[in-house]
Amino acid sequence: MDIRELQGYANFFMTIFLVIMLYGYIIHLYRSEKKGESDYEKFGNIALDDEIDSKPIVPNPKTMNENEEQNK
Amino acid sequence: MQSNAALEYDYSVAKLFTYTTILFGFLGMLIGTLIAAQMAFPELNYMLGEYGTFSRLRPVHTNTVVFGFTLSGVFATFYYVGQRVLKVSMAESKFLMFMGKFHFWLYFVGALLATVSLLLGYSQSKEYAQYEWPIDIVIVLIWVSWGVSLFGLIGIRREKTLYISMWYYIATFLGIAMLYLFNNMSVPTYFATEGLGNIMHSVSMYSGTNDALVQWWYGHNAVAFGFTVPIVAMVYYFLPKESGQAIYSYKLSLLSFWGLMFVYLWAGSHHLLYSTVPDWMQTMGSVFSIVLILPSWGSAINMLLTMKGEWNQLTENPLIKFMVLASTFYMLSTLEGPIQAIKSVNAIAHFTDWIPGHVHDGVLGWVVFMIMAALFHMAPRMFKREIYSKSLIEKQFWLQTTAVVLYFTSMWIAGITQGMMWRAVDEYGNLMYSFIDTVAVLQPYYAIRALSGVLYLTGFLMFAYNMIKTMTASRELTQEPQFRSPMA
Ligand code: HEM
Repeated sequence: MDIRELQGYANFFMTIFLVIMLYGYIIHLYRSEKKGESDYEKFGNIALDDEIDSKPIVPNPKTMNENEEQNK
Repeated sequence: MQSNAALEYDYSVAKLFTYTTILFGFLGMLIGTLIAAQMAFPELNYMLGEYGTFSRLRPVHTNTVVFGFTLSGVFATFYYVGQRVLKVSMAESKFLMFMGKFHFWLYFVGALLATVSLLLGYSQSKEYAQYEWPIDIVIVLIWVSWGVSLFGLIGIRREKTLYISMWYYIATFLGIAMLYLFNNMSVPTYFATEGLGNIMHSVSMYSGTNDALVQWWYGHNAVAFGFTVPIVAMVYYFLPKESGQAIYSYKLSLLSFWGLMFVYLWAGSHHLLYSTVPDWMQTMGSVFSIVLILPSWGSAINMLLTMKGEWNQLTENPLIKFMVLASTFYMLSTLEGPIQAIKSVNAIAHFTDWIPGHVHDGVLGWVVFMIMAALFHMAPRMFKREIYSKSLIEKQFWLQTTAVVLYFTSMWIAGITQGMMWRAVDEYGNLMYSFIDTVAVLQPYYAIRALSGVLYLTGFLMFAYNMIKTMTASRELTQEPQFRSPMA
């Protein structure tokens, strides 16, 4: 097997691998929402409610400590 | 806590890039219209000596619209959207303010140097990678300073979740960085020959087929990460915000994102069908191009569904009109591209005018429409004035839509005619037409394209006028609009 053929096979198997990953991701998204572990749709509001003083959907603990109280 | 109450988003860098979007958009499309006219009326090549020929101006057109207009638009929207979806102001960090301004001025000076170098005829002769190595170094510095701004802002964010647009901006940054570096690896002849070669000349580190492969891996993905990914970032923010409707399906947006990232990088070899690259790689290019329809349409359909139940806004708000038409043109060109990548279709389409036709239904209908709508949306928030004229936007919309249709229909007909004439043989197997026969047949279509250029450019001038009037003379706003942009 020369290098080109090898590259071809490597590409093929990598594609299969990535397809599995991608489908796995889809399943993960829907399953975790069904189980109530996470709600992805609420992130859509990040664009709608984007004033600097509006409450973050998921506050960043690193920067929120001092003003968390204020936004409540 | 008290200081927080008065905190506002700082748009000074977004404004600077807005100005260059307008400036480079005008210059790039002016040159586009000129070279389109040159194809129809060749005498126009001889107006400015060597500097005015088609061959000298074509790369000036492509680079000005890609790296001047589009990138300015990407940066302008990033410095606007980035702050808002991360809920952090640039004014909160002196360092980030400095980096943003540094990024802008380096970019501006770099763009001038780059354009002059092309006009003087310095070129690596690779499409969209014409700039010679000293310019490439400046471009790398510009890109790094954007990266510092991008990740710096992310580092101090209040909103922990990165909104989908941010993922697309990050992908733009990483994608272009990787592609640009690899494709521009070259040996400056001056240093390799101890002072014999020209300082503005270099030789690619790859040779022959490899060089072609790297070039089109880059070239195709320059379209991906310059014309698709950051524009999708824009539509995911501006359409929901302007319409007041959250994205139809956030999960679909995540899926389309990873799908796009996964598929796009493998499709570049469709530029090299029937060439000397390995056969499996050509087939892969075709197959991945077809698969690319899925994530592309995933985003576009998500956008159209976002308008569900709100279609009245399409007639009431011209900005929605621009964005919905942009999404539709995105669907058109992401269907057309895969069709052109099918081997048997490519045998006719390759090297013909159908290719620029395809490029321009994408860029004129999708990229430019989306960027203009984004800037219109940003203007009342950045300048605290309402948009100067609604009726001018309406007129501009119809003028430019007509122009896009004229552009791609004329090039479809021209391209397919050309492809068929090149391969036509008589009963003995002799070619039926010589090259000049095709040129004579195509002339009217070139004239139509030149006309479409004039119309589109006129529309862009209306946009520029409306923006400048908005900045300077429009009614002042006391409150920031929440969703729909106010216009007179
Ligand atoms: C007034 C509007 C425009 C006109 C009249 C125009 C005209 C042209 C012409 C005549 C060419 C050369 C085609 C050839 O070599 O046969 C070209 C190439 C190109 N233009 Fe434009 N252009 C316009 C706007 C734009 C914009 C806004 C963009 C991108 C944002 C763009 C991107 C490109 C690209 C990427 C190519 C290279 C296409 C290829 O190699 O196949 N153009 N344009």
